[in-house]
Amino acid sequence: MARVVVDVMPKPEILDPQGKAVQGALPRLGFQGVSEVRQGKRFELELEGDATEARLAQVHEMAATLLSNPVIEDYDVRVLSTEEDPSLG
Amino acid sequence: MRIGVVTFPGSLDDIDAQRAVRIAGGEPVALWHGDHDLRGVDAVVLPGGFSYGDYLRCGAIARFAPVMTEVVAAAKGGLPVLGICNGFQILCESHLLPGALIRNDHRKFGCLDQVVRIENAETAWTTTYDAGQEITIVLKNGEGSFVADEHTLDLLEGEGRIVARYVGGNPNGSQRAIAGVTNEAGNVVGLMPHPEHAVEDLCGPGTDGLGFFSSALAALQRS
Repeated sequence: MARVVVDVMPKPEILDPQGKAVQGALPRLGFQGVSEVRQGKRFELELEGDATEARLAQVHEMAATLLSNPVIEDYDVRVLSTEEDPSLG
Repeated sequence: MRIGVVTFPGSLDDIDAQRAVRIAGGEPVALWHGDHDLRGVDAVVLPGGFSYGDYLRCGAIARFAPVMTEVVAAAKGGLPVLGICNGFQILCESHLLPGALIRNDHRKFGCLDQVVRIENAETAWTTTYDAGQEITIVLKNGEGSFVADEHTLDLLEGEGRIVARYVGGNPNGSQRAIAGVTNEAGNVVGLMPHPEHAVEDLCGPGTDGLGFFSSALAALQRS
């Protein structure tokens, strides 16, 4: 079993109104010094079996077709190590 | 002339779209998201609403509905397809239209009578208008801000593929005030405002929206 994380973020040039709303709320709560907030999504996929190259290629395909919209978002795929996720050990 | 209107789980404006087709003189045909079947219709409308609860991204799940496989194939073959609001989002997610629609820059849901200028009166859905004509229809969206990269925007401008533009202020932060675009062939049109809510004097801001439906019917009669 392997756990794979797909992070999806709005592209840098795309306006992120949600991130701006969060950024606007921070000073009102007394948190200073945050010059930008970008809000994205994190998907955790639990794979049957190991994260082989072939399986990871599939995850990339999932990320590019469904999990993200390449017109407005970038994605990043990484396998969680056993140190990050002790339940996998 | 039979115009299909797809109902997805979460569609809101399918009945209004069917009514608009009927008022324009066509026969509306209900299509179901779960069927691989367009029931032999001559054109398709993807209506507004919140298909699949707008989970993941607006239109992202609907794009993979069984009926969309048929819509995408038929659209590539020239079938007139109009996507309104959520339908526009689905067409972008399906890559039948370029760009994407993101949250309004002011972060509020807008609901208003909106003036738009018809920029291209030669698509399958706009021939009964004149280029440059200003019409008033209904705009209601939370994620209606049209975005695309500069190259794509220039391409759309150069090829006359911007179908409609907002007039009198940009209501949602759309790049270049774009309210609607079309594909290269002009048979697929995506529109953020709602013409189907402006087809009768009794309710809505008038009947300016009727032209989209009568245009499709006229195009079908010619072919």
